[in-house]
Amino acid sequence: MNEALTLLSFGPNGWGDEIAHGVLITVSLAITSLPFGLFLGFIIAVAKNSSEPSLKMAANIYTTIFRGLPELLTLFMVYYGLQIAIREGIRLLGYDVQIDINSFVAGVVALSFVFSSYASEAFLSAFRGIPQGQYEGGYALGLSHTKTMRLIIVPQLIRLALPALGNLWLVLLKDTALVSVVGLEDILREVGVAARNTKEPFLFFGLACVLYLILAMISSAGLSKIEGWSKRGETSR
Amino acid sequence: MRILRLAAAAAVVLAGVGAAQADDWSKVRIGTEGAYPPFNSLTSDGQLVGFDIDIANALCEEMKVECEFVTQDWDGMIPALQAGKFDAVIASMSITEERKQKVDFTNKYYNTPPAIGVPKDSKLAGVTKEDLSGILLGAQSSTTHSNYAEAHFPDAELKLYPTADEYKLDLENGRIDAVIEDVVVLSDWLATENGACCKVLSTLKSDPVINGEGAGIAIRKGEDELKEMFNKAIVAIRENGKYEEINAKYFDFDVYGD
Amino acid sequence: MIAANPATGTPRPPAPPKPWTNARIAGHVLMALWAIAGLYLVYYLIGNLEKPILEFLLPYLPIDWQEYANERLALQTFDSYLERYGQKYIDGLIVTLQIVGLSLLFGAALSIPIAAARSSKWKIFSWPAYGFVYFFRGTPLIAQTFLIYYGFGSFRPELQSIGLWWFFRDAFYCVVFAFTLNTAAYQAEILRGAVQNVARGQWEGAAALGLSKPVTFFKIILPQALIVALRPYGNEIILMIKGSAIAAIVTVFDMFAETKRAYSRTYDFQAYIWAAVLYLMIVETLRRIWDKLEARLTRHLKR
Repeated sequence: MNEALTLLSFGPNGWGDEIAHGVLITVSLAITSLPFGLFLGFIIAVAKNSSEPSLKMAANIYTTIFRGLPELLTLFMVYYGLQIAIREGIRLLGYDVQIDINSFVAGVVALSFVFSSYASEAFLSAFRGIPQGQYEGGYALGLSHTKTMRLIIVPQLIRLALPALGNLWLVLLKDTALVSVVGLEDILREVGVAARNTKEPFLFFGLACVLYLILAMISSAGLSKIEGWSKRGETSR
Repeated sequence: MRILRLAAAAAVVLAGVGAAQADDWSKVRIGTEGAYPPFNSLTSDGQLVGFDIDIANALCEEMKVECEFVTQDWDGMIPALQAGKFDAVIASMSITEERKQKVDFTNKYYNTPPAIGVPKDSKLAGVTKEDLSGILLGAQSSTTHSNYAEAHFPDAELKLYPTADEYKLDLENGRIDAVIEDVVVLSDWLATENGACCKVLSTLKSDPVINGEGAGIAIRKGEDELKEMFNKAIVAIRENGKYEEINAKYFDFDVYGD
Repeated sequence: MIAANPATGTPRPPAPPKPWTNARIAGHVLMALWAIAGLYLVYYLIGNLEKPILEFLLPYLPIDWQEYANERLALQTFDSYLERYGQKYIDGLIVTLQIVGLSLLFGAALSIPIAAARSSKWKIFSWPAYGFVYFFRGTPLIAQTFLIYYGFGSFRPELQSIGLWWFFRDAFYCVVFAFTLNTAAYQAEILRGAVQNVARGQWEGAAALGLSKPVTFFKIILPQALIVALRPYGNEIILMIKGSAIAAIVTVFDMFAETKRAYSRTYDFQAYIWAAVLYLMIVETLRRIWDKLEARLTRHLKR
């Protein structure tokens, strides 16, 4: 038991500081991907909700692809492919710039793709939960379409979509572990290094699971706070 | 609109990450793995050490350029070189025909044969195709050794691992019966406390088609200037004793081969 | 064509042209982009088929075309990507399907006692079940797989003494074991949710008819619950197929491992494109079958 504590301690003999750094990377990857995923997901939901069939179809193709591909494959394609694609694209424009898509950026891009395609479904069902009368009310007040969306629809949308988005956040947090496979020094990567060096794989991979559980617990607590806040306008009966 | 602008700004920032300078070669970025002792490995405080690293530093000194090391997982080494993450790979990469179709190589800077490692209590008698038939054979993926195993031991069940550390763990706990790896890398590991479980069964005869002519420095196709700089530097450190000095630090024989 | 006025037979006036709204422009532009991407993909992959197509057509071509075709064929000194690696993908696909199939099957069996324990009144049953479900749903599948593969690998003497080493020695079994536990946790929640979703009145009605509890459960509650659970079960299968790519990281040669191996030999991006096409085909086919199945099983609920 003492031995295990030494291994987990901070400092030169323990792996505590490396793993703490890994936690930081995991959390920052998830937090960085979130706004991109939410934004993309919202745009796609708007497209899917539109009455224009071509727009709907374009959005559906996007979600079919990114919900159908294994996350690991999406990540590998982004990691190996995007860099070359961008470079070729820029070269077509007549420049020769080298762009470095490191594993963190690749992770953000891939996770945003995946997150957004699921989030678009959450937003879409939230859109459907808002009665037509809300739009009509907005127009009757003389508000433009954009203003109606911004002032009346989106605030309600967020409240309706929150529970589903909360679940997606938890999925996102878990999906970050995949990025360790392309070299990001996140929790899983750091414990892997520690496990191989100390020959204590059970201890360290177990620790990784516990750390992910703790992150999930903190998230759940935070999410229920946010949900409570979003429902503050509802009368309690 | 604000969100849009924010996204655009973020995209610009992301795209700007590491935009490289023009090829004047005052600074060369070198890709290496950091998980292949004694050639290249990371210390627990994140320092790169090993034969490859010392050679790279000596070459850079000889070429009078500033060198910056970038660690990269082995699987992605060539794609990353092609994509411009770094300008040269000094990571014990064997010069093979297959790889030459994608990248250029300098002349070799060392050459050592592959070998088969087994647990000390192994009952394997030899390393012929028949001896190894039906066994579980571990190797690092995307290496010449895995290709060697596929070509020469088709009846062994091959297991591919992302880094050398993982197959070491599995050889030790008996998940696999043998591993195929560079003899120097194997010996280095076996000499440590961690490698006490196992031994080198036998070295293998290099297959020139698969193992190539030794380890070279990989460079993007067409960058002949850099290639020539490295080639000249390799010759120079061979002549001025620097190579010998580094060789002696790690090995008691000449890894350059003949 | 239906006439607008059946009495006079005057044809309906043509519909006014649709205005080019912003949404319509955006939609068409995006669809055009997808179409270009799709066509490029086909063009990119069709290179593989040039040789077999030309060889097939050669005898039927006019003489001067034959010359050109022969020139093209002479250029193709290497076997195409598909000829070299096609069979590998099929082999990998079979392994992937085996892993997914076995895990789902064992997971389904395991999920029943877990769901039962989870809804039990006794804490001695419900707490461990809750812990199990929470652990496997709260941690990444890849971490669980590593924990089982590398973690159990370090307990060789203990496992040998209880005669289980043969099982944990094999990467394929380890992966199936890890995936089984993972999917059992998810399936248990699906099952529990679906059973709870069945109205209490159904239990009461059955009790009033004098049916025993087990008969009520299997003949009345479960069939209704399974219909509710159909969609989440479908999603779970798809998640499992996608998750199975993780097996590649612990030396199992599933489809993703074969993809990685082919890529490391050729550095040809096709490797990943073919894998993407195959995974998408599997997932889409399954989704469609599932939609059909659901439509059929719930047809009595339609009004």
